[in-house]
Amino acid sequence: MSAPYAIMAEFETPAAVLRAAGKVRDAGYRQWDVFTPFPIHGMDGAMGLRNSHVGWFSFVGGCTGYATGMLMIWFMNAHDYRIVIGGKPMFSPFSAFPPSYELTILFGAFGALLGMLFLNRLPRLHHPLLKNRRFALATHDRFFVVIETADARYSESETRRLLESLGSRHIEMVEG
Amino acid sequence: MATAPVHHQTRPITVQAPPASLERVPLVGNQRSPGWLSDRIAGVIEGKTPNWWKICFGISVTMMTLCFAMVLYLMSTGVGVWGLGHPVMWGWAIVNFVWWIGIGHAGTLISAILFLLRQRWRTSINRAAEAMTIFAVMCAGVFPLIHIGRIWLGYWLFPIPNSNGIWPQFRSPLMWDVFAVSTYFTVSLLFWYMGLIPDMAVMRDRAKTKIRKIGYGLFALGWTGSNRHWSNYEKAYLILAGLSTPLVLSVHSIVSLDFSVSQLPGWHTTIFPPYFVAGAVYSGFGMVLTLLVPLRRLLKLEDIIRVRHVELMCKVTLATGTIVGYAYMMEFFIAWYSGNAVERFQFFHTRAADPFIIAPLLHIKPAPYWWAFWTMVTCNVIVPQFFWFKKVRTTMLAVFLLSILVNVGMWFERFVIVDISLHREFLPSNWNYYSPTWVDVCQFLGTFGLFFTFFLLFIRFVPLIAIAEVKGVTPQADPHHPLGGAKVGEAH
Repeated sequence: MSAPYAIMAEFETPAAVLRAAGKVRDAGYRQWDVFTPFPIHGMDGAMGLRNSHVGWFSFVGGCTGYATGMLMIWFMNAHDYRIVIGGKPMFSPFSAFPPSYELTILFGAFGALLGMLFLNRLPRLHHPLLKNRRFALATHDRFFVVIETADARYSESETRRLLESLGSRHIEMVEG
Repeated sequence: MATAPVHHQTRPITVQAPPASLERVPLVGNQRSPGWLSDRIAGVIEGKTPNWWKICFGISVTMMTLCFAMVLYLMSTGVGVWGLGHPVMWGWAIVNFVWWIGIGHAGTLISAILFLLRQRWRTSINRAAEAMTIFAVMCAGVFPLIHIGRIWLGYWLFPIPNSNGIWPQFRSPLMWDVFAVSTYFTVSLLFWYMGLIPDMAVMRDRAKTKIRKIGYGLFALGWTGSNRHWSNYEKAYLILAGLSTPLVLSVHSIVSLDFSVSQLPGWHTTIFPPYFVAGAVYSGFGMVLTLLVPLRRLLKLEDIIRVRHVELMCKVTLATGTIVGYAYMMEFFIAWYSGNAVERFQFFHTRAADPFIIAPLLHIKPAPYWWAFWTMVTCNVIVPQFFWFKKVRTTMLAVFLLSILVNVGMWFERFVIVDISLHREFLPSNWNYYSPTWVDVCQFLGTFGLFFTFFLLFIRFVPLIAIAEVKGVTPQADPHHPLGGAKVGEAH
């Protein structure tokens, strides 16, 4: 049997897990996480998480999309295949705007989704927690605090005692 | 100078239940718990296939076959099988395209705009409405594609390098439309799928069979419900909502530019973009109501899609329907006020002149399509006014029937705009009457088959309500609510 991956504590209400998260953060743990069936308001603050960086991926995507649209239309209609249509200019930023606007949104949306997946290191086919039977309740109606054994502050007795003091009724080790 | 002493409040703020008079109708009925929500919504998929589903699916697939058969007939014979001819070169195909794509708009409005406006009731209906958007845009996409005549050259619409060395021409609004509609479809799909990831994980964790576990597991992408993931996820969701909002407003605006950039009386109008968007949202909500009012009953989802949700949707329908009515009035006013003889002729002589009142009153010939115009006005201006009454909004049968009339009206609106405008153009020698052929009719009916086939598959295999999102709006999910575990008297 390999070394355990983490210690997992179950909570029954969002208020309990929110309180617990604040205490685990204050105890100075780094490699830990909270697992919930839905996002809990205020949990980012309780865990001490910083603002997500997804926005940058979307911003870069959007800028790329707009530039792609404008350059593509200029290249196609004013450079590579010039043809007069109804006396209109070969290239005008106004007639090129609607497709470029759509490409801004398209690339920005891909940036947001792919950026989210990249930051979350998803997709992944395997995770130690997903093997745990009890953990399946994390998508149902239970809330879990999981502290990895790889954390510098982890100690088998201390960490367990901390989680017990936070009011968890079910604590177990998760296999690696 | 003496200052007044500052009294710091030392007593902690305590959690108290709000007074009963201020409590809104809860979004989830009977104080259902998050666990119950999982069981109920996933139960729709896990339960036995209902008989009504099998019957509806059989009918839908048959009708879908009709859609493909008509496309095949058109391809093998030519566009002459449709009722098109000079001067009505845009017949039912374009009417149906605009109609279907308009229906899609409610889905994006619910998922994006109502999200930005913090309308928490949207969580019960957004998944099904977004699915409706995607399938409606698919149906819409069929028509321009088969309308181009030589369907096998459809890829010329896209900027793909080809051996002829030519490129698409971006000074035409039709090209903008290609980008608007394909972006709309792609972004709607991305948004829908992202919302699905946590629910796919729910399905994976509940799965009893290996196939389900692997199938849902693959689409769940290894989602665990980690709060570090939720943090990025919620940000991405907000950004996608922020991007979809200008997108949905632009799509029908660009569709309307297909018409308004031309010189034709009845099309050449600056009011078109907002007028089209309002009409699109109106018809889309009509379709959402047509779908969800029977579904909530058939699938026993009354605690999740409550009467309050239906009422709120009726109110949006009323608001947008009234905007559409205002736009009709404005079109007539501007046609008269402009003093342009052709504009006046288009609106008063070819649209409104019915043989009973207006034509005799103005001493003019009745309009050939007066009945189409007045069907449109009845369904789009008069029908939504019934939603002023709470009694109507809370009677499900009435809502269902009125919601169907909404979409009948919106189909006629597109018919009025596209075909009535075309059949009376500048030169009387160019006038003609337009009638669809049986191929037009079957092609349109066939897209209903396409739509309902996909929609029925969706409700059978995908959670039709966003499980994680609905859980999030229950009091049990609020850490500051007594039901969410907050202790009375606890400081925050």
